[in-house]
Amino acid sequence: MGRVVVVTSGKGGVGKTTSTAAIGAALAQTGQYVCVVDFDVGLRNLDLILGAERRVVYDFINVANGEAKLAQALIRDKRVDTLYLLAASQTRDKDALSEEGVARVIGELREMFDWIICDSPAGIERGATLAMRHADQAIVVTNPEVSSVRDSDRIIGLLDSKTLMAERGERMEKHLLLTRFDAGRAARGEMLSVDDVLDILSIPLLGIIPESEDVLRASNLGSPVTINSAVSAPARAYQDACRRLAGEIVPMVIPGQKRPFFARLFGRRAA
Amino acid sequence: MKLLSFLRPKSTAPVARDRLQILLAHERLAVGQTDLVSILRQEILATIARHVEFDPEKVKVQLGGAGSMSTLEIDIELPATPMPPADRKDLPPRRFNAA
Repeated sequence: MGRVVVVTSGKGGVGKTTSTAAIGAALAQTGQYVCVVDFDVGLRNLDLILGAERRVVYDFINVANGEAKLAQALIRDKRVDTLYLLAASQTRDKDALSEEGVARVIGELREMFDWIICDSPAGIERGATLAMRHADQAIVVTNPEVSSVRDSDRIIGLLDSKTLMAERGERMEKHLLLTRFDAGRAARGEMLSVDDVLDILSIPLLGIIPESEDVLRASNLGSPVTINSAVSAPARAYQDACRRLAGEIVPMVIPGQKRPFFARLFGRRAA
Repeated sequence: MKLLSFLRPKSTAPVARDRLQILLAHERLAVGQTDLVSILRQEILATIARHVEFDPEKVKVQLGGAGSMSTLEIDIELPATPMPPADRKDLPPRRFNAA
């Protein structure tokens, strides 16, 4: 039985789709079967980030409504052959997804894959609540910035009330993925620090993804950063996050954090 | 160090953190316990209004707390010279000396 993970944030533009693609690819690169599912009906982008935009024939809504078989709609990645995409519909509106349809498709995916990563749309409406509804675990993507942190707090509240797990009285595992982090600016007091965000949201940290040119470069090419530049700082951070998601204990490093001047000068590592 | 502080930009992250902490403390309560606070507010105010007259605008009822402890904070501003409420009939109205 596969695990269903929702990647959510409330706020748009914080890196949900980028992170879904990067984490999906990194998990698949370890040989596990992964399906990334786009829930953003009408504004799909996961296909574009994965470079599969011209290969979408059938989508999630076709399968949910019984117009196509799941196997017809799944798109296999050309680089990592255990990575699959279920695209959202670009022409329908967000009410086209029925709750029963989603439940059935997620049930089928659980039988076929080790991981089902659901890319949630922004907002707190139907699309977002449907994406989190069947999840076993949640990744809350947050930028170190006030509006993103506030919206993440709201989403954490929804994860604790609007999901099937919450309705069964169970507590969903929630992980914080801090993206677009700039260690230099945080050190200078120009950006919320990792501790600030953790204090405020009080959920465990899954990873810190540094602000990096590699991310845009990868999305320009339609290739997840973990495939396109697997040794870059953001790719390493995503790979570590994946290992933590799977339950491994991996020490947290703050990427790009500069060692103090004197420590560098004397070649010693700061404590 | 203070002399050189104009050289570097002012640190803004602590302001962001403090603003968020205050805002979220309110929003978390507003989402979770709207009913409880409004019921408490109504009943407490009704009780106090029987004995003292006050401006309902100058009342703050807040649920808060940290960790395992919750606090109920009620802040009511009373007028400098308390006036008996008009609808209080069980006691004769208090008389004020004009002198």
